[in-house]
Amino acid sequence: MLESIDMSLVDWSRGQFALTAMFHWIFVPLTLGLSFMVAFMHTIYVRTGDEEWKRITKFWMKLFGINFAIGVATGIILEFEFGTNWSNYSWFVGDIFGAPLAIEGILAFFMESTFIAVMFFGWNKVSKRFHLAASWLTAFGANLSAVWILVANAWMQHPVGTLFNPDTARNEMTSFWDVIFSEVAVNKFLHTITSSFLLASVFVIGISAWFLLRKHEVLFAKRSTIVASVFGVIAAIATIATGDTSARIVAREQPMKFAAMEALYEGQTHAPLVAIGAMRTDTTMLPNPRQEFIFKIEIPNALSYMVFLTPSGFIPGISDLVYGNEEQGLMAYEERIERGAIAIQTLKELKKAKDRGDEAAYSALRTKFSDPEWLEEYFAHFGFGYYQGRELKELIPNVKLSFYTFHIMVILGVHFLILSVLVLWLSMKNRWGNHKWLLWVALITIPMPWIASQAGWVLAELGRQPWVVYEMMPTISAVTRLKPGAVQLTFWIFLLTFTVLFIAEIKIMISQIKKGPGGK
Amino acid sequence: MFGDLSHLALQQYWFVIVSLLGSILVFLFFVQGGQTFIFRIGKSDAERTMIVNSLGRKWEFTFTTLVTFGGAFFASFPLFYATSFGGAYGVWMLILFAFIIQAVSYEFRSKASNFLGKKTYEWFLFINGLLGTFLVGVAVATFFSGSQFSLNEMNSVTWATGAHGLEAALNPFNLLLGLTVFFLARVLGLLYFMKTIDNENILARSKKALFRNAIPFVVFFLAFAVWLMLRDGFAVHPESGEVYMDPNKYFHNLLAMPVVLVMFLAGVLAVLGGIASGVLRDCGNGIWMAGPGTVLVVFSLFMLAGFNHTAFYPSSYDLQSSLTIENASSSHYTLVAMSWVSLFIPFVLAYIVVAWRALNRKKIDEKEMKEEHHVY
Repeated sequence: MLESIDMSLVDWSRGQFALTAMFHWIFVPLTLGLSFMVAFMHTIYVRTGDEEWKRITKFWMKLFGINFAIGVATGIILEFEFGTNWSNYSWFVGDIFGAPLAIEGILAFFMESTFIAVMFFGWNKVSKRFHLAASWLTAFGANLSAVWILVANAWMQHPVGTLFNPDTARNEMTSFWDVIFSEVAVNKFLHTITSSFLLASVFVIGISAWFLLRKHEVLFAKRSTIVASVFGVIAAIATIATGDTSARIVAREQPMKFAAMEALYEGQTHAPLVAIGAMRTDTTMLPNPRQEFIFKIEIPNALSYMVFLTPSGFIPGISDLVYGNEEQGLMAYEERIERGAIAIQTLKELKKAKDRGDEAAYSALRTKFSDPEWLEEYFAHFGFGYYQGRELKELIPNVKLSFYTFHIMVILGVHFLILSVLVLWLSMKNRWGNHKWLLWVALITIPMPWIASQAGWVLAELGRQPWVVYEMMPTISAVTRLKPGAVQLTFWIFLLTFTVLFIAEIKIMISQIKKGPGGK
Repeated sequence: MFGDLSHLALQQYWFVIVSLLGSILVFLFFVQGGQTFIFRIGKSDAERTMIVNSLGRKWEFTFTTLVTFGGAFFASFPLFYATSFGGAYGVWMLILFAFIIQAVSYEFRSKASNFLGKKTYEWFLFINGLLGTFLVGVAVATFFSGSQFSLNEMNSVTWATGAHGLEAALNPFNLLLGLTVFFLARVLGLLYFMKTIDNENILARSKKALFRNAIPFVVFFLAFAVWLMLRDGFAVHPESGEVYMDPNKYFHNLLAMPVVLVMFLAGVLAVLGGIASGVLRDCGNGIWMAGPGTVLVVFSLFMLAGFNHTAFYPSSYDLQSSLTIENASSSHYTLVAMSWVSLFIPFVLAYIVVAWRALNRKKIDEKEMKEEHHVY
C-alpha cells in the first residue's frame, strides 16, 4: 500500500527517538520524585527552624539541580522531535497531540523554570514563606509537566476523544476532557509519578546508606532516610496498585501488547500468570509457536483472575489475534487488512473526486465517513490497510523484549517494597545503620529503579508497535521522509553528546555526594 | 466566549499568541547575547562568574519560551510544525544542539569533577549565544523569503534540497536578519549587564562594547527592513486561496494595518532610545526601553508575515504548498480548547515578573559571589 520506503530510515528514526527518550528518562523520574522530597524537607526546616534540616534540604536540592539541568538539556530535543523525525504523525494527529505539549509549556514549564530560580537563588533574597512556596511550586510544576506528556502518550496508546476528518485527512479533537481523563491517561500518570517517587526514595535511601557505611554525617543520613522511606513505602504500594491497573487496562485496550508481555500465544480461560521465566532464543512466532520457554514458573488461573477478577475469563493469545477466533469475536488480521485497505482507498477516491470537482461522487463518499456502521466495519481498521502486501509478523511486537521488560518491572517493584518497608521499620526503631548487609543492599539497589523505569517505557513503546497510534497509524507511515544518512548523523551526534554529558553528570553527582551536606 | 468565534478569528488569535511568544523569545535572547561576551567582557574568573550568574538566573526563561513557542505552534498550526521541523531538519537540529549544550553549562560549569573543564562549558555558552540567535533569525527570515518544500495530497513534506534548511543561511536576505538578531541580542545582553552587575570593569567594558555592537545592529536591521519593504511577498487570494507573488507586499501590509505600523515605529524608537541611554548615560535602565521595544518590533514582523492575506510559511519551490494561518491550522474545537488555556498566560506573566524582581532586587557583585551558597 505504501510507496516503497527505506526501512532503514524508519529504524534510524525509531533509534534516535528511543535514544533521546531513554536518556531523558534517566533524569526525569529523579526530578519528579526528588523535587517533592526536597519540598517536604524544606517544609520541616521552615517549621522547626532546625539548621540541620536546612543542611539536609540544601544537599538534596543541589543534587536535584544538577539532575534537573541535564533533564532540561535532553528534553528539548524530544519536544521538537515529533516534528523533525515524525512529521507525518505531527500533521495526522497534531490537532490532539500538539495541545498537551503546548499546555505543558504554558502551565508547567514556566512554573518550573520560574520557581526553580527562586528556589536556588532565593535563600537570602525572599521571605522564608515565599521561598518555601517556590520549592513546592517547582515540584508541582515538574510533576504537572508530566501530566501533559503522559496524556499525549496515553492518547497514542488508546486514541479517544477524536474524529477523523477526511477533508483534511487527519484526526481532530472532539473532546478535550476525554483525551485528558481517559482511563489510560489517568492511570499512566499515576503509575509514572508514583514509580518516580519510588525511584527518588531508593536513591536517597541508598546514598544515606553509603554515608552510614562510612559512619559519616550520621544524623543527616538517618533523617534523610526517614523521609525517603516513608515516601518509599507509600510510593511502592501505589506503584504496584497502579501497575496492576495498568496491566488490566492494557489487556482490554491493547490485547496484542498484553499477549506479548506474557508471551501468550494461544488464548485460554483459566490462564496462568508467568511469575518468572526464560524464553528460548529460537522462539518462532508464527504460525506454530512451540516450546517457547526454557523454563517458567506459573501461577495457575492468575492471569485470568488479574484481568477479569474471575478465573474463567478468556485471555486472547497472539495467534487468536492474528488468525482470528470466531468463538471469541476476534477478527483475523488478514480480514482487518482488507477492510483497512478499503478505508484507505475510499479516502483516496474522495480526494480525487474533490480534486476533479465531481460533487456527486464526493458527496457519496463523504457520507461514508459520517456513517457509524461503515466507520466501525471499515474505518476502524484503517491502520491495518497499510499492511496490505506485507508480512503478518510485522504486526506482532517484540515478544521477548515485552516479556522480559514486564517481568523485570514486576520483580523489582516487589523488591523495592520489601526494602522500603524494612528500612522504614528499622528507622522508626532507630536501628537503621546497625545491619551492614542491609546498608549494602540499599546501596546496590540504587540503579535498579532506573532499570525498572526504563523497562516500563520500553514495554509501553515497543509493545505498542508496529503502531505509533495504536491500530490507527503505523510507524512506517508516520516518519519524516529524510535520507537515512541525515538521521544517522544526528543519531550519532546525540549519542556522543548525551553520553559525554551523562558522564559529566555522574562525576559531578558523585563529587557532590562525597563532599556531603557540608561541602559547597 | 471562544466557542462563538469563527475558525478564522481563532486562527488569528493564535497567530497573535505564537507571535507574542516569538517576540518575547527574542527579547530573552539577551541571555544568549550576553553569553557571547563571556570572554570579552569577563577578563578574570571572578568577572566571568558574575556574568554567568547574572545570566544564569534568567536562562531558563529563554529556554522555556523557545519550547513553548514550538509547542504552541504545534497545537495551533500543526502543519507548520510538521513541515518546518520535518523539512528544515538540518537547521532545527543545529538550533536544538546549541540549546542542549547550554542547558547543562550553567549548572555544570563550576562544579568539581565536571569532566570537561570550566572553559569548555563557557565555550558551550558562547556557541549557544552565537548559533542560537543567528539561526533563529535565519529561520524567521524564511517567513518572508520562503523555503524549499512541497506538500503532497496528504500534506507529507518533501524538502527540495539535501541541506534540509541549512541552505537558508546562504540567502543574503536571511543572513541579514540572522546577523540583526545576533547583534541585537548582544546589545540587549550588554544593557542587561549594566542593569544587574555592580562592577566597574564590567560596566566600563559594556559601555564601550555597546556602541561597537549597536552600529552593526542598526546597519543590518535597516538593510533588512528596507529590503523587506521592497521585495515581492507571498500573497494569498482571499477567495481561491491561490498563492501569488505580490510586489511590495510587506510594505502594503504595513500600510493596511496602521496598528502594526505604529508598533513597529514605536518599537524601533524604544530600542534606539535604550541604546542611547546606555551609551550616553550611566543609568542601567536601557534594557527596559530596548527590551519592550524589541518585543514590539518582532511582533510587528510576525504580523506582517501572517496577516492581511499573506502566507506566513511560504514555499519558494512550490508556491501552492505555502502555509497560511488557515490551511496550516488545527480544528475549531482544538483552537477553542487551547484558547481557554491561554487565559492562564497573564497569570504566568505575573508570577514571572514577581520572581524576576525578587531575584534582581540587588545587583550582583564580587562579594555576593564569594558568600552566596549557590553560585553557578
